[in-house]
Amino acid sequence: MKRVTSTRQWMWWIVGGVVAAFAAILPMLNLSIPGVLPGATYLPGTLQLLAVAMLFASLALSYHLLFGTAGLLSFGHALYFGLGAYGVGLLLKNTTLSLVPAIALTIAAVICVAYLVGALSLRVTGISFAMVTLAFAQAGNVLVRRNPQITGGDEGLQLHTDNVPQFLIGVLNTRNLYWVALGVLVVVFVIVTCFEHSRAGHVVTAIRENELRVRVLGLRPFGVKLVAFVIASVLAAVVGIVHLLLQSGVTPSATSSDFTLTILVIVVLGGVGSRWGAVVGGIVYTLLDQRLTALASSDAIAALPPILRIPLSEPLFILGTLFILVVMFLPGGIAGALGRVGGRSRRSLVAPGVTERDRLEDAE
Amino acid sequence: MSTVILLIITGLGLGALYFLVASGLSLIYGLMGVLNFAHGSFLTLGAFAGWEFARRMGGGSWLTFFASLVVGAVVGAVVAAATEFLLIRRLYERHIEQVLVTVGLALASVALFDGIWGTDPIYVTGPAWLTQTSDILGARVPNDRFVLIIAAVFVLLAIVAFLKFTRYGLIIRAGVENRSMVTALGIDVRRAFTVVFAIGGAAAGLGGVLASHYFGYVSPQLGGSLLIFAFIVTVIGGLGSLAGAAMASVIVAILQQFANFFLGGTGDLVVVLLLAAVLLIRPTGLRGSKA
Amino acid sequence: MSAPILRVAGLSAHIAGQQVVEDVSFEVPATGVTALLGRNGVGKTSTLKAIIGLIGRRGTVEFDGERIDGQPTHRIVQRGIGYVPEDREVFASLSVEENLRLAERHGGPNRTLVDELFPDLVARASQPAGTLSGGQQQMVSLARALINDNRLLLVDEPTKGLAPLIVVDVAEALARAARAVPILLVEQNLEVVRKLAHTVVVLEGGRVAHVGLAQELLDDDELTKRLLGVHSAHAQANGEAS
Repeated sequence: MKRVTSTRQWMWWIVGGVVAAFAAILPMLNLSIPGVLPGATYLPGTLQLLAVAMLFASLALSYHLLFGTAGLLSFGHALYFGLGAYGVGLLLKNTTLSLVPAIALTIAAVICVAYLVGALSLRVTGISFAMVTLAFAQAGNVLVRRNPQITGGDEGLQLHTDNVPQFLIGVLNTRNLYWVALGVLVVVFVIVTCFEHSRAGHVVTAIRENELRVRVLGLRPFGVKLVAFVIASVLAAVVGIVHLLLQSGVTPSATSSDFTLTILVIVVLGGVGSRWGAVVGGIVYTLLDQRLTALASSDAIAALPPILRIPLSEPLFILGTLFILVVMFLPGGIAGALGRVGGRSRRSLVAPGVTERDRLEDAE
Repeated sequence: MSTVILLIITGLGLGALYFLVASGLSLIYGLMGVLNFAHGSFLTLGAFAGWEFARRMGGGSWLTFFASLVVGAVVGAVVAAATEFLLIRRLYERHIEQVLVTVGLALASVALFDGIWGTDPIYVTGPAWLTQTSDILGARVPNDRFVLIIAAVFVLLAIVAFLKFTRYGLIIRAGVENRSMVTALGIDVRRAFTVVFAIGGAAAGLGGVLASHYFGYVSPQLGGSLLIFAFIVTVIGGLGSLAGAAMASVIVAILQQFANFFLGGTGDLVVVLLLAAVLLIRPTGLRGSKA
Repeated sequence: MSAPILRVAGLSAHIAGQQVVEDVSFEVPATGVTALLGRNGVGKTSTLKAIIGLIGRRGTVEFDGERIDGQPTHRIVQRGIGYVPEDREVFASLSVEENLRLAERHGGPNRTLVDELFPDLVARASQPAGTLSGGQQQMVSLARALINDNRLLLVDEPTKGLAPLIVVDVAEALARAARAVPILLVEQNLEVVRKLAHTVVVLEGGRVAHVGLAQELLDDDELTKRLLGVHSAHAQANGEAS
């Protein structure tokens, strides 16, 4: 990573900038991609879907920071997404705080929770870490579902819009939320990149590769891992907050372990260890999920015999199967496949397979 | 007093369910280093298979009930062995990928169950005695608890006997300690992988049929909800330790019952707190030797 | 001299992506003890592990004229290679008897040899191996290799950390075994090497630095000092140090 200023690096930033700029003017354009998007790009429905896709890309990036960069396999990332959404949702509902202070307060709470849970979970490594984070997230899920008088229970929590700025409310303002989502994606991408290039980022990567060596150098892995954990959690919370605004509410499924697994699926589909992979994975997954759901209820599927109809009418079945195939036959995910096609062998696309195995062996 | 007895016996019954899931998880993790997220699906499939069987045989007799237990166990074992053989084995020694494949399988299979059996709970019927209660020192204990406890004890003894008295058992015990040394003695340790998956799948499938009688219904979510507690049990007991899993199953389930009753339904939270406490004091769990 | 039992050519090995053995080539004669020597961390243990495929490797390994470098560990061992690892690696929770039973590949006519060499183990058959002393654990580890009719033994530092009296016992057992089967021996204790080994292969920095007769190397104090960093006269002390 010494060659930060190499031309290829700059190329990527320029490409990213162009893509972001293009995404920014999409609401002004009348583009249709049949089969991929449900309608023209200026329509609120399409913008809503694209905004969700970008939020999932941001969430995948925050998970990439944990898993791809720091090598921490967490099964509790949804907790922080849910904390962000429920935190702001509850503050708006039960207090007179306006949106910005509510967000600030929620972020502060997320930092505290992430610090505590992280400090505890990081006492163990490898698979134990995964299980412990899962357990904490499950506790959050239980809290949300068991207290319907506060959180709305399984029905979910509606967004109270009294103290939310007008330009973020209503179908007609979807494009504003779209721009907010785009902004979140860009900011999260920049933060994750900065972290990876920072001293802490280098240490955390070194730990992933070989924890013992880092210890020998006299560095304490615990601290930097915790920093990565807290940053990733805060980013997830921010995404959760925007998701709350975009969907005008939140349901308990946002705190479930299945939701974390979905994020994991996205990151692996995109390519573990690749920032662009996480972004592409998030967008591809969201569009695929939406398309498959549309397909499931289509007449063509309904006409099929049961043995084909039942599997094809379950988007998660198809996505799950696709995921298994990617893990088994396409290590490096979409980014890895593109990298191989383009003849590039970027370090970050190839490394994880080997290093994770060793890390787990160490953890045993 | 009668409440305490009821809570203890019900806790033992729930603990028995946890153990039926956790025993397989623990064995698989101990030998292969794989955390099997698809284990809940083995349980769910066992439950559906048992229900489908009982439905066709026409419900309520004891013979049907026992036969449905066997069906659940066999289906669980076959599917688990196939999972190991077709998916896990191809990713030999790549633990993260193995875990990811089981995650994918869990997601895909639950969706498939949704498609086949629908998302709504399906109510099951068994022998009438199961839904009745027995009087134990003044407590009216539902009879299905006893069946669960007996089944779990039977599974525990069977696994222990298998590990103790068979060559595969010997290989598995040695492999849990030091897998590469087992291969260095000229033994294909991968054959033992299929065996532990089959054993774990059988226990989970059996647990699935029993769980459907315990809860009164089957649903595609049945396995997933039990799996999380089984994970917690496995960590508290110490990854890879069968005895630890048995102890932790009982402790967790009884604690959960008591907290639910006396502390206003906080059982699940108390379990997570217990997990946190165990990790703070003993990161390797009750009986774990390796972190 | 007959054909070598083991021929290693251009063998490289890596652990966790790091090269630990580089382009090593040597042969093990079909009789007697061949010692694999070198300073600490030079790749001796890794070479043994690479031969039976316990770590990733590249290059050619021929066992009795047949390529084995592409095969999984258990197949290689089944061909008739016994492996006695560094630090013994007995199964601590298994009894002595179970450790031996696990190692038995085909009924084991050599049970008599093992019982004769290690009477201590017969007496402790039902004791968990983890509760044995270091020397007794080494006996179990050796017995696991000797219980089968092997055509080659790979023995890694069998005297490491043992009391001098036990070292004599272990050396005696190895000498007995060597009458029937060739041994590739990694050993720090040069007294043991002098007593057992006919040929020596010396590694340096992951490569072969010297091949010759054991006697000649150990009699040449200068050469020993250069290759192994110790005077052959002080061999005993070094063997204990590691």
